[in-house]
Amino acid sequence: MSRLFLGVIFLLVGWSVWAIDTGRAFEDDEMQARYVEIISEVRCVQCQNQTIKDSNVQIASDLRREIRRLLSEGKTNAQVFEFLVQRYGDFVLYRPPMSGFSLLLWIAPGLFLLIGGIVAARVISKRMTMPLDVDDDEIDQVTS
Amino acid sequence: MLKFVVPLIAFGLLVGVFIKGLDPERDLKKLPSPFLGKEAPHFDLPRLKVPNERISNQAYDGEVAIVNFWATWCVGCRQEHGFLMELSRTSDVPIYGIDWRDQREPALQWLSQLGDPYVASGFDADSVTGINWGVYGAPETFLIGKDGRVLLKHLGPLSRDAWENDFLPAIVAAEGNQP
Repeated sequence: MSRLFLGVIFLLVGWSVWAIDTGRAFEDDEMQARYVEIISEVRCVQCQNQTIKDSNVQIASDLRREIRRLLSEGKTNAQVFEFLVQRYGDFVLYRPPMSGFSLLLWIAPGLFLLIGGIVAARVISKRMTMPLDVDDDEIDQVTS
Repeated sequence: MLKFVVPLIAFGLLVGVFIKGLDPERDLKKLPSPFLGKEAPHFDLPRLKVPNERISNQAYDGEVAIVNFWATWCVGCRQEHGFLMELSRTSDVPIYGIDWRDQREPALQWLSQLGDPYVASGFDADSVTGINWGVYGAPETFLIGKDGRVLLKHLGPLSRDAWENDFLPAIVAAEGNQP
């Protein structure tokens, strides 16, 4: 009984390795490292909050296969990303490029800080040069 | 005066961005195709029904055509099949199929049981053409112009709604240039 129980535990713990072709794709360490780096940065287009490294849907395994093919053909990382973006758009990249609409997203926080800073500086400096809304008699009264 | 107008305009713009971003009609699962307005990717596949013959973009060279990615495992494809059959009878636009990530036997059975709306189907078992076309979930339907450019891409089952509101106007515009 306890053996069966142990077996079930092992099956459950090992669940994740069933799904994905986790074996090494390349003999060469450097190639394997590049492969893992790339698939960790490509979004699965069907299951949008996973990388294709973590996803077991068919399209992710197809894309992994294409990436293995491109790498073994001697393509650079940049060429592989370009291949994917041409077909699926910037959306497949977990780190979108700083261009077009996403550029706006990148610079927006700084821009808002800048606008806020300018407005705050102007308001504060205006307040500081503003004459006190009291006449001299009242000041005399307070200070005497 | 300026003191109020500038923040008001800025606020208005921001509200506009939020309304667009939060639009409930907007489906985040639907990605725009990077091929819109560009030449459709080249393909060259064995034909589904005649494995020793091939089919490529040349099949619809110079005419407006529909390219529909389908598969027997795909529920949406079954949903749209009846409408594709209807189109194949009522519309002049030829429909080409690409049987995507599928097996030949069930695919042939599917066509003989449900009817074959396609002028011809390519057989893309390992999704090479699918990836080249940026396909990520069947059914996907492309409208191709006379010059081979992608005019429209529709994700999910092709509905009468999408056909009448999106495809027909685009087809009329594409055909209009030349009779």
